[in-house]
Amino acid sequence: MNINTGFRRWSALAVIGGMFMTGGAQAQSGTPECIAPAKPGGGYDLTCRLAAQGLQETGLIDQQMMVRYMPGGIGAVAYNHVIGVRPDDANLIVAASTGAAVNLALGKFGEYGVDDVRWLGALGADYGAIVVGADAPWQNLDELMQDLKSEPGEIVFGSGGTIGSQDWMKAALTAKAAGIKPKSLRYVAFEGGGAALAALLGDHIDVFTGDLAELKPRLADGDVRVLAALSEERVGGPFADIPTAKEQGYDVQWPIWRGYYVGPEVSDADYQAWVDKLKKLADSPKFAELRAARGLFPMARFGDSFDDYVKEQVGEFKALADEVGLTQ
Amino acid sequence: MWDFLAQGFAVALTPLNLGLAFLGALIGTLFGALPGIGPINGIAILMPLAYTMGLPAESSLILLAAIYTGSEYGGRMSSILLNVPGDAGAVFTTLDGNPLAKQGLAGPALGLSAVSSFIGATLAILGITLFAPLLARVAVMFGPAEFFALMVFAFASMSAMMGKDPLKTAIGAVLGVLVATIGVDSGTGVLRFTFGIPELYDGIDFIVLIIGLFAISEILLMLEHSHTSDDGGAMAPLGRVMVRLKEVLFCKWAILRSGLIGFVIGVLPGTGASVAGAVAYTTEKRLSDQKGTFGKGDMRGLSAPESANNAAAVGAFVPMLTLGIPGSGTTAVMLGALMLYNITPGPTMFTEHTAVAGGLIASLYLGNLMLLLLNLPLAGLFARVLTIPRWLLVPAIAILAFVGVFQLHSNLYAIFLMLIVGVMGYLLRKLGFSLAPIILGYVLGGLMEQNLRRALAISGGDSGILWQSGISIGLWIAAAMLIVLPWLLPWLWRKRNAASCSLSK
Repeated sequence: MNINTGFRRWSALAVIGGMFMTGGAQAQSGTPECIAPAKPGGGYDLTCRLAAQGLQETGLIDQQMMVRYMPGGIGAVAYNHVIGVRPDDANLIVAASTGAAVNLALGKFGEYGVDDVRWLGALGADYGAIVVGADAPWQNLDELMQDLKSEPGEIVFGSGGTIGSQDWMKAALTAKAAGIKPKSLRYVAFEGGGAALAALLGDHIDVFTGDLAELKPRLADGDVRVLAALSEERVGGPFADIPTAKEQGYDVQWPIWRGYYVGPEVSDADYQAWVDKLKKLADSPKFAELRAARGLFPMARFGDSFDDYVKEQVGEFKALADEVGLTQ
Repeated sequence: MWDFLAQGFAVALTPLNLGLAFLGALIGTLFGALPGIGPINGIAILMPLAYTMGLPAESSLILLAAIYTGSEYGGRMSSILLNVPGDAGAVFTTLDGNPLAKQGLAGPALGLSAVSSFIGATLAILGITLFAPLLARVAVMFGPAEFFALMVFAFASMSAMMGKDPLKTAIGAVLGVLVATIGVDSGTGVLRFTFGIPELYDGIDFIVLIIGLFAISEILLMLEHSHTSDDGGAMAPLGRVMVRLKEVLFCKWAILRSGLIGFVIGVLPGTGASVAGAVAYTTEKRLSDQKGTFGKGDMRGLSAPESANNAAAVGAFVPMLTLGIPGSGTTAVMLGALMLYNITPGPTMFTEHTAVAGGLIASLYLGNLMLLLLNLPLAGLFARVLTIPRWLLVPAIAILAFVGVFQLHSNLYAIFLMLIVGVMGYLLRKLGFSLAPIILGYVLGGLMEQNLRRALAISGGDSGILWQSGISIGLWIAAAMLIVLPWLLPWLWRKRNAASCSLSK
């Protein structure tokens, strides 16, 4: 989709025409572009739109950023595309998240590893959460953990990803904190967090390991109880009353960062230009509003610091995967 | 409640919102009609636009809802006219819609599908208005075990598709199930049949599959025909344009039944318009196809999936508005749109944001009426697509198919995959296979496997979970009846006749 500045004033019908420019737009130079390595509407789409809208509204880019969808393997297809086809394209950033780091660690991104791209920075984060139904017997995390220790086979966990996905990791780490082998956990994988939440509401599963942001609509109506946030410290706003796992004595943390990378052959100057733009963006008050509207919490890590962070994280996930027997 | 609806209509009837509903209906019809580009693309693209234009929440939701419902109308056009489904929900519209067009009844077929869509959607909107919060509670009772039973039911009704060549139907269905197993296994995360190719990790995309199977194979068939016959010109005679009231009345039970089926399936989280179309079509064929006319241009076979897919599209709003759980990919995008406005859907939606919820429901009524009025007169115009000569039409379909798939994947692999699938589809059609069982196998088989495994993961391997709840038991009984009754009924019938004969003696 190529939406330039004047475009918004046109009738929405022009958008349809714009869609067919997708193919041609690849040849254009200078148009900033963000690849969302998923179908429209998911977390990657949100990540790209956050950058596109933020950079545009704060005047950090003069042309509107184009968002392109390239679904496949939680980012694997886009990863291979950027490294193989557009390794030096300085106008291109690609959305990534903790989910991509997990799959990189598991070797599910094909032949390439975490060192094969340049990690730019993260603009926001979400945090894992441990959720039970309103009529569940557990009032806090410790009660759940005690029951889990005594009868691990009786409690059914569920979330929106397969075994080995970042959604599963939250359940696995929770089990590990209770001294249970993640492999002996009763875990059910659903198609997305929404379906898993529905299963919790319908009493089909006992514990849902979801994300804080998606739980916001649920906080008011009292259908579910959030036992713990998997953040370092309590996040504010509507979530202020939710204790962290850490303060309940179980050090389980699961930040889901939302960030970007560029191709491996992008020059240092161009890489630094992106880092500077993202830094400026993260500092602007306008951006704080945009980020909050998308249910994301502050996270600002850029340049080398972010690059190190991702590489370190992938290393940790690798070790964890070996430990729980996931490595193939 | 009537206050709530009155307020909704007050919101929806402002000139801006009426205009947006009309615009959305128009755009949606176009999006739906283009192969590969469905409602989710239209909405994902227009949502940020609506937001940046500074439209109020209810207005942008009205626009997006109109696009969504409009695309379910639009999807049928290329299904009927070209045997190419415009979007996932319209696959089953091709089965009887295209044969009708080939018999010169393209106009009436388009008209009938517009009327069926309207009635199906209206039924579903009434359902939302009256029962939304209640239905949401019932929907979450559908767990993996219940979904599995529902899929068993769907496969049982599929036995009606067996037709004159049961073996080929069965092979087709198995082929579909096999295709559905490609990609990351949804339970364990293990890669199945991907050969280390990242493009296959997510499996074969439904859109790539249907565009390949239908559009590409159709193009190949057309090319073959223009090579072997020298008509080269129009594809089908153009008969009368308007649908007759008699024809609508003939289909009334099919439309009503399918609307109900579609609505219920739409309300369930995780199943959308394509499943609704599949279940409605097979059920209707089971119930009314006494003369074997389904698949050869039976009006009821056209109106059933049309009514169902529109009802499902509307039904998907129920879990979104009342629980904040999206019932389909498209409503997931709309949920994101609401979050942008800081509106969090849930049980409080109807009390705290009455303008948004009421306005949306009122605009669904108005949007549907607009779509009917827009589509009925246009039927004749669109039917003229068939008078386009082949040398122009074939490249046009090819371009649309390529652009549609590329727009979705930004990736040439998807195009190659589509071509491979297309050649396979062509060969299968030449061998006398019907494409419908393949699609059914793909849509239902994938869901069936995932839910069976989820259910067993929940129970720890105890298969008793599959018939524990009342809902499951009901579905199992219904499935058993679907299989047994067609054998039993004629037998009982003969017996009763024999008895009455002996009495009269």
